[in-house]
Amino acid sequence: MPSSSEAARIAVDRVLCTGHGVCAQTLPGAIVLDEWGYPVLRHEAVEPEAAALAVKLCPARALYLR
Amino acid sequence: MSGSALWYLSRATGVVTVVLLTIVVGLGIVTAGRRRPAGESATIVMGLHRWLSLGMLVFLGIHIVTAILDGYVSISWLAVVVPFTSGYDTLLVGFGTLALDLLVVVMVTSYLRHRIPERQWRVVHWASYAMWLVALFHGFLMGTADQAGLRAVTLACAAIGGLMACWRVVATHSDKERRRTIDAQEWS
Repeated sequence: MPSSSEAARIAVDRVLCTGHGVCAQTLPGAIVLDEWGYPVLRHEAVEPEAAALAVKLCPARALYLR
Repeated sequence: MSGSALWYLSRATGVVTVVLLTIVVGLGIVTAGRRRPAGESATIVMGLHRWLSLGMLVFLGIHIVTAILDGYVSISWLAVVVPFTSGYDTLLVGFGTLALDLLVVVMVTSYLRHRIPERQWRVVHWASYAMWLVALFHGFLMGTADQAGLRAVTLACAAIGGLMACWRVVATHSDKERRRTIDAQEWS
């Protein structure tokens, strides 16, 4: 896990999320899927580049940086 | 490059564009159909949808520029953006222009997606279906009209895209399937 100074903090908008499961692959370790296929955040702090790509690839635009 | 080489290049890139467009639309339909996430497929589908649409622009750009530079028929630069202004085959070139205009709108709104309300982005993105159909008509009736092989490619694209659109309409919401799977589990 990156140190807090260089890390990006991610969050999931639960209303927008439709459970595509993309974020669990773009941010392995930080996000896992529950048995319904919806994301569970393990760590908020992730590497900024990976976070930016994950936010970009979320089909429902539910993943965001805060 | 001689005129006929440009013409062939324009037709070839046009056919490639229609094939890539069909693939991109199909990948979008798969994403919108919200299948249950299985392994890496959802991510690969999403990545391909985005980056193949960019790759398609290269072929589309060559298709348009070579069609105009080839002096055998007269298509003005204005006809690239304003539909139904081409001197040559006003209707069918106009279909191509219309598809390009729709493509520009769809791609620009997707690049600015983070600044546009989700519902408005979605409404604009639905124009992709119209764009795909208009592009198919443009390709089928015009570019490939006298080539059985090329015409078969366009027809195959129409069949595959049509089937996928049907699947999108009848596909059950994936949460419904999830509920069924979870209902079937043993409760501990």
